[in-house]
Amino acid sequence: MSTSEPTTRRSLLGKIWVGLGGLALLEGVWIVTDFLKPRKRQGSDKEAETLIVAGPIENFDPGSVTAFQQGRFYLARLEDGGFLALYRECTHLGCTVPWIGTEERFVCPCHASVFNIKGQVLSPPAPRPLDTFAVRIENGIVKVDTSRTLKRSSFSDSQVARS
Amino acid sequence: MARDTTSDPLGNILSRIYRSIVPRSIIPKTDADRRRTILEFLVLHMRPVRVRRSTLRFTHTFGLGGMSLVLIGLLMASGILLMLAYDPSPEHAYQSILSIQDGMIFGATVRAVHHWSANILVAAALFHLLRVFFTGAYHGPRRFNWVIGLGLLIGILAANFTGYLLPWDQLSFWAVTICTGMLGYVPVIGEWLQAFARGGTEIGRGTLVLFYSFHTTVVPVVLIVLMAFHFWRVRKARGVVSPNPQDSQEDDDTEKVLTLPHLLVRELAVGLTLVAVVVLLAALFDAPLGAPANPGMSPNPAKAPWYFMGFQELQIHLEPLIAVVVLPVLGALGLVLLPYLHFDHEMSGPWFLSKTGRTTGALAAVVSLVVTPLLILIDEFWLQQVGGAGWLAVGAVAAGITAFAVFLSKKFKPEKAEFVQSLFILFMVAFAILTITGVWFRGPGMALVWPWIGGS
Repeated sequence: MSTSEPTTRRSLLGKIWVGLGGLALLEGVWIVTDFLKPRKRQGSDKEAETLIVAGPIENFDPGSVTAFQQGRFYLARLEDGGFLALYRECTHLGCTVPWIGTEERFVCPCHASVFNIKGQVLSPPAPRPLDTFAVRIENGIVKVDTSRTLKRSSFSDSQVARS
Repeated sequence: MARDTTSDPLGNILSRIYRSIVPRSIIPKTDADRRRTILEFLVLHMRPVRVRRSTLRFTHTFGLGGMSLVLIGLLMASGILLMLAYDPSPEHAYQSILSIQDGMIFGATVRAVHHWSANILVAAALFHLLRVFFTGAYHGPRRFNWVIGLGLLIGILAANFTGYLLPWDQLSFWAVTICTGMLGYVPVIGEWLQAFARGGTEIGRGTLVLFYSFHTTVVPVVLIVLMAFHFWRVRKARGVVSPNPQDSQEDDDTEKVLTLPHLLVRELAVGLTLVAVVVLLAALFDAPLGAPANPGMSPNPAKAPWYFMGFQELQIHLEPLIAVVVLPVLGALGLVLLPYLHFDHEMSGPWFLSKTGRTTGALAAVVSLVVTPLLILIDEFWLQQVGGAGWLAVGAVAAGITAFAVFLSKKFKPEKAEFVQSLFILFMVAFAILTITGVWFRGPGMALVWPWIGGS
């Protein structure tokens, strides 16, 4: 390049202009992406709003499932007394799965995925068990941290909170 | 004209103002005047002065491009009215739709015009694409215009989809949940993409603001710019493709007639008929509105809008990665690259290109019409009982398609354009059947049902 066309002041300035233009373009892209980025809800990451106090342990019978509308989850108490907070969105496409008490399972109305009380997939197309929220048991009170969902590829006993 | 300012000063200044805007008669009397009228009016000069007589026949183009333009006009007019009364917030959106329908004069009709125009527009644009494809109007100077047309189709789908959420009823809320849920299956960036499209992790205020602003600003502006580009390119290609293959290259002036009146009266007739049909539809059938959106309860079944239903149906049968990423990307790539394939003969003009084109095309349509429903039934009642359609089943379908392609080229020795057309028809019919199955033959729990027995 420089052998055929020696760098003159004019061509150097030209390149600088192109470079600056490119920089301005990048800045524009950056601004647009930043504006498009999902906004954090004001103050919603405060613990007071995302930490749901479900109640004392004895309120929940083993083998029962309780819906928490505000926290968007089901609190499941397994037969052995352990707790799981299951996020209510189907892992397939995000429909809300209702708990069918008589059949003791979650059945997604959208594509008929079926989950058991532990959130394990009994019938596809759901690709993985229901997501969970972290459960803490402090002084016999069950608390659920709904600030972020925990994805899991399979059920393991470490996901269950016990007193 | 007359310099008689004293007798009628006001009339004179009005006429001068009028003449400055409209320099010549809108309804010219002589051919020479007609030529000049075409050239001197902003809207009319998008047209050439003269067009080929053979391209005027309605069945050559069905006026689908012009129909799309008219529908976009109707959409903008009714859309601006709706914007004035609509409130893009989760708390008030549904209520504002109700008050448009019940409280405003012709409110329900305006909303219905918007609804029907939008849905007919998707269909008109798709049929327009088919018309261009089946008359081979994507060669030579029309190559890049095919790509612009695909851009317009994406814009139209984006406009429809972003508008779908705005009523904030159960129908729209869950359709958008499902469609953005599909994005989550894109490898690596899926989760990020989904959060981006939803304006957060869940459908909510962020999603509504994002969809509303795109629906009312970005998408319409992009559509207008692309349309201007699209029409200009048609003009540069000397109008629409000629139905006679032999005169596709040379420019025979003896075959031509004046655009005004021959083309314009036809366009006007198609446009006005379409407006009448849309208004009539809107007067007879209201736009649907379900119960207010309830994030805690998915309706059963929950379905995507009809133009995305083919993908949702495909998802029932195939791995999500294949159904919502691999196949759509391959399809889109195929469509974009179509005009840039190397064709020995760039066949264009008659519908379905040639006699061989019609035979192979019909064969592909029949095969797809028989095989696709069979595959759906086999998967539904056999494969899914024994653990779903695995790679073996996908491989079998791919092998079947390959066998069909080999059979076609051995038996008919088609030109490349005819061969490509035949395969295109195979996939197009399959997708159409998937869409129809999803829209009409899927009931609660997405089980197969007969549409006339208590389906959705």
